[in-house]
This record gives sequence, structure tokens and C-alpha cells, in this order.
Amino acid sequence: MTTLTVPRQSPGAGLRQTFSLAWRGLVQIRHNPMELGDLSFQPIMFVLLFTYLFGGAISGDPVAYLQFMLPGIIVQSGLMATMNSGMGLSVDLSKGFFDRLQALPIARWAPLAGRILSDSVKQGWSMFILMATGYAIGFRATEGVVGVLGAFGLMLLFTFLVSWFAVFVGSIADEPEKVMMYGFTVIFPLSFLSNAFVRTDTLPGWLQAFVKVNPVTHMSDALRGMLTGGPVLTNTLWGLLGALAIALIFAPLALAKIKRR
Amino acid sequence: MSHAIVAERLVKHFGQTKALDGVDLTLESGTVLGVLGPNGAGKTTAVRILATLLRPDGGSARVGGLDVIKDAHKVRALVGLTGQYASVDEALTGSENLRLIGRLLGMSRADSRARAAELLASFHLEDAADRAAKTYSGGMRRRLDLAASLIGRPKVLFLDEPTTGLDPRARNEVWEIVRELVSDGTSVLLTTQYLDEADQLADRISVIDHGKVIAHGTPDELKRQTGSQALAVRPVQESDVDKVLAVISEVAAGPELSNGTVTARVTDPAVLPAVVRRLDDAGVAIAELALRTSTLDEVFLALTGHRAEEEAKA
Ligand SMILES: Nc1ncnc2c1ncn2[C@@H]1O[C@H](COP(=O)(O)OP(=O)(O)O)[C@@H](O)[C@H]1O
Ligand SMILES: [Mg+2]
Repeated sequence: MTTLTVPRQSPGAGLRQTFSLAWRGLVQIRHNPMELGDLSFQPIMFVLLFTYLFGGAISGDPVAYLQFMLPGIIVQSGLMATMNSGMGLSVDLSKGFFDRLQALPIARWAPLAGRILSDSVKQGWSMFILMATGYAIGFRATEGVVGVLGAFGLMLLFTFLVSWFAVFVGSIADEPEKVMMYGFTVIFPLSFLSNAFVRTDTLPGWLQAFVKVNPVTHMSDALRGMLTGGPVLTNTLWGLLGALAIALIFAPLALAKIKRR
Repeated sequence: MSHAIVAERLVKHFGQTKALDGVDLTLESGTVLGVLGPNGAGKTTAVRILATLLRPDGGSARVGGLDVIKDAHKVRALVGLTGQYASVDEALTGSENLRLIGRLLGMSRADSRARAAELLASFHLEDAADRAAKTYSGGMRRRLDLAASLIGRPKVLFLDEPTTGLDPRARNEVWEIVRELVSDGTSVLLTTQYLDEADQLADRISVIDHGKVIAHGTPDELKRQTGSQALAVRPVQESDVDKVLAVISEVAAGPELSNGTVTARVTDPAVLPAVVRRLDDAGVAIAELALRTSTLDEVFLALTGHRAEEEAKA
């Protein structure tokens, strides 16, 4: 016989529930090969494509371009991947699974926390694949292990903050398919109108004005600083400040929307 | 506890829509309450409030003696919910879905595995246990959904339209499961759009419409109130319809004639042999004689004077 112990609302129980729900987010990959592809092959493809297709034209040499572009593509791909959090939430909301979880005697915050945790693991994995692919074709981190670990840590914090925008989109979209559509409309221009792929000084003046204030630019430069040398502190601050602003605006909106359903 | 659920004057508004407009519901322990109503009547809203997913704008509700707002967490430990749309994680296998719930309820890994296996077996899902739920048929998904809400052995079970969209065989399977649960002592609140489903399963029925309870009672009481069945008789000779009308008006009120067929509402199925005998005595040859259950539409017509369909659209 199994017996049911009613979990108390202690932080410890909430954490255990968070881990169970994060397990769920990761096990899903096993039954959804598409997602594995998104997480692994897409990063590989983008690195190879940008390096060999645009590298010669932009920097005169693919590997020189790779050295400049890899930090940028890490930021861009991390931003895009935040939309998966919104998509997953939207599926749960529209299919009633979110209700099922909320009807259980678990911590109110556990479902979202579990999702954030598993999405962070996925982010870390994608970033690892990007770095490994870059390394295989000639990228070199010059600032040592501390720089690489710093880059990972910064990206996880950055994507966590920005993912509140995706969660908000997921909470208002009436169909999961629309999450990607709404999300890309914002994230695509934001990640390309930056210096992630091209140097700011090659752009027309009016575009430079936007690129220079875009947090994606600051994040790309912060990662460049950590991986290949250059100023780190101010860029990190501006990048995180931008992400924090996004979180402060969209987290309350998303939470209110989810509660009020 | 003698009452599994007591809800009083529940009110819930969505903007201009009064989803619930003062609903009282009572479920006695160990019995089934059927909440019967057309689309948009407020069934799901009532279930969501009782399952602590939604806060009422007015009124109060106790489940297992606990207030659904003040003691929400304790109520959740007491109830199981099967929502209107089979709400399992389609990307997980049947077994993973159940184990996840077990773990969330604080069971050990071994306990949740054992409980999942037990439920998969009793719901005939062993063969599909390790397949992703998205490959399941509608009936299998419903059974998995039911199993998921039973992991914690809830005392009170909410079933929101558990058979909508199922074929008759799958519907019968769900009915069997509900009967077994009740015989094991579970109290069940079940919403449905089907009169026969409420009739089959419920000890008491509350009919709701436009967020209000418009009738309440045992299935028999409701049938007496509304005329549960329609009797239809078509004589071989169209000239015999007058005799048929005369015979039927002796056992049922207000027979109607259309297309050579006489129809009337009857509350007691025992009238059928009497009708046959009297028609025989009168020498009327019968081409067609049928007794069928009223549809929800007819119950509504009897209770409200208008049809359920128009209600939903209004
Ligand atoms: N979240 C919501 N926002 C706005 N209106 C809602 C919401 N939920 C339900 N309603 C409205 O409340 C009424 C009752 O809905 P519901 O409880 O789902 O009925 P039923 O389950 O009986 O079909 C309907 O008119 C429906 O459109
Ligand atoms: Mg409903």
C-alpha cells in the first residue's frame, strides 16, 4: 500500500516539487526529437553557417569572424530560446495541465520555478554546444576558465530575466502557435539590430543610435570581454539592467494574468 | 463529514458575463452529484471555484468541511480534479505523467512508481504505459486523466464533463470507473450536458442554466417534474389516430399529433404495456411504438419554457 503524505507548504517541499517539475521539462525532450534538434543541431548549424557564409565577406577570414561573432550568436540564440519557455507555458495553460498542477497541494510558485529551472538547463546545454562547435572550427577563449564560467553565468542570468517577456507572451496568447509569432516579432529585430554579428561602426548613423542602446549589444560586448578580452564591467551592467527592466515590467503582468484566468 | 461539498450563493462575474449568479450546491459524502446544464451554463466555473482554482466574487463554499478560500491548501490535499479537457502532459508517457503527480504529492520514487503501475493496470493502460500520451486515443487519454486525479486517493472527486467527445464504449468505461470509485466511498461531483449520464450516475442532480440552479432533486424527482420520456405511437391506418389520441390521453397529459404520429411525455415507463393493451382492445394496428429518454433539450424546454440551444447562444 502506498500512503499519501500531505506535503506541508514548507520551502523545502516547494523546492522538491520544483525539481520534480524540472525533471518533467527535461524528460519531455526524450519524446520530442524536434526539441533536441532545436537545442543541439540548430546551434551547430548557425555557427557553421555564419562562420563560413558571412565570415569571408565581413572579416576577410572565417576564423577571425568566428572570434568576433561567437559571443554574439550565444546572446542571439539564448534570446530566441527564451520563447520556448513562453511556448511551454502556453501549452500548459491551453491544455489544462496548468490547472491540474494548481489543483494539487503544491507551492504556488513551483510550476513556474520548475519551468525556469529546466529551461535554464536547456539554455546551458545550447550554449555548451555553441562553444564546442566554435572550438572545433577555431574559436579560442583567451581569458581562461574564469572568463568562460563567467560567460555561462551571465547568460543564464540574462536569459532568466528576459524569459519573463516570453512568459508574458505565453500567458496572453490564446494558442501556443501564436507565442512564437508574437515573440519573434520582438526578439528577431532586437537580436539582429545589435553588434552581435557586425561591428557598430559599419552601420549607418541612425541605426548606430539604436544599436548602441540595445542591451543585446552590451551583452555581446560583455561576453566578448569575458571570452576574448575587452571591457566587461560596464557592458555587463548595461546588459543586465536592460534585462532587469524587461523582467520588472513583464513578470508582474504575466503573474497577474496567470492568476486572474 | 456528512457533506462533502456545501456551496452557498456562489457568484462569479467575468466582465459583463454572470457566469455564476448565486449557485447553491450540496454533495453528500459517498454520493454523486450531477451538475447538468448546457454549454456556458457555469458548470466549469463552479468546479474551478470548488477546486480552489478560482476565487468567487460572492458566496462561500466548503469542501470536506474546509473553506475553499481560507483553507485552499488543505482542500487541495482532499480533492482530485479531472478538467473538461483531458489535461495530461502529452509529451510524457502515461507512466511518467502519473509518477510526476505522485512525486508532487510527496510520495517516494518507489511509492509513486507502484501507485502509477497499480492505476495503469486497473485502467487497462499497461500496454501503453511507456508510450507518449500524445499517441493515445481520446478514451485512453480520459482514463489516464482520471488516473492522474486519483493518485492521491482523493476523498472528493471533480469530473468536469468526463465523457464529452467520447464514443459510447469509452463512455461506458468511464461510467464503470465512476461507479467503482463511489462504491469505494469517494464523493463525486460530476458535470455533464447529457441527461442520461446524470441519470445513470448521479444520486442527485442540480440543473443549472445562466449561472442559476433551476431545478434540484433525485433523477426520479426531476423526471416526474419534467416528463422524462417521450412516447411515440404511429398507427398503420392514419384514420386510427383519433383512437390513439384517446388511449394516450388516458395515461399522459397533452398528447401531440404530427405526421401521423402521436407523441406524449410520460413519467412512468410502466405505462407502455398499458398503452399496448388498450390499443389492442381498441383494435388499432400499430406501425411504430417507441419510448425514448428525453434529451437535455426537452428537460430544458419543460423547466424553462425555452430550448437549451438558445440559452447557450444568448
Ligand atoms: N475566464 C473567463 N473569462 C471570461 N468569460 C468566461 C471565462 N470563463 C467562463 N466564462 C464565461 O462564463 C460563462 C460560463 O462558462 P463555463 O463555466 O465555462 O460554462 P460551462 O462549463 O457550463 O460550459 C460562459 O458565458 C463563459 O463564456
Ligand atoms: Mg465547461
